[in-house]
Amino acid sequence: MSDEKKLAIIATKGSLDWAYPPFILASTAAALGYETEIFFTFYGLALLKKKLNLQVTSLGNPAMPMPMPVPVMLQTLPGMQAMMSSMMKKKMKSKGVASVEELRELCIEADVRMVACQMTVDLFDFDTKDLIDEVEYAGAASFFEFAGDADICLYI
Amino acid sequence: MPDFNQELDASGLNCPLPILRAKKTLKGMESGQVLRIIATDPGSVKDFDAFANQTGNELIEASEEGGKYIFFIKKK
Repeated sequence: MSDEKKLAIIATKGSLDWAYPPFILASTAAALGYETEIFFTFYGLALLKKKLNLQVTSLGNPAMPMPMPVPVMLQTLPGMQAMMSSMMKKKMKSKGVASVEELRELCIEADVRMVACQMTVDLFDFDTKDLIDEVEYAGAASFFEFAGDADICLYI
Repeated sequence: MPDFNQELDASGLNCPLPILRAKKTLKGMESGQVLRIIATDPGSVKDFDAFANQTGNELIEASEEGGKYIFFIKKK
């Protein structure tokens, strides 16, 4: 048993914006010497795909800053989500914000454990071949084994 | 200005990249050696202080110069 601090995160969301908190916090915690595990469940599983295609949407999110006001009716048009996602990625790049791929890679380099919820993998018929090789598959009991003596536990 | 053994230019990078790059660079250095870091992220001022406090690496000096933040960190 080490005296290392531990951080346990549950990642439940699979959009581009919500991909950031788990990977930023996990990579930083690892850099600070925390032993870190992220448990990916439900839509969070999308963050484990080898080929990420994460999107943002302003629908149902009135707080999202927009370059100009766009009426909700127009936000529902085909192609709007893809356009907003590409604008968001450009903006992040121009501000020196890391890509999700880069942050995930940094987490892996720093030995952050990535655990996929086996139940959700089955539920959504995910093919494990589509997920990155570093993923371990487990369930709620295994999460508690780690989180039970974690110093910090976050549900994102 | 303190002497330093290595330099890391984290200009233009945003949280948490300056910290992660610093950590990575320090990993390849010897105990007692000093890393000079240049950053433009204003959040890095508090972050490098917190990084030093939590990792035991010593923040010898932190300064600002024309929108750039300079840190000297001595490896534990």
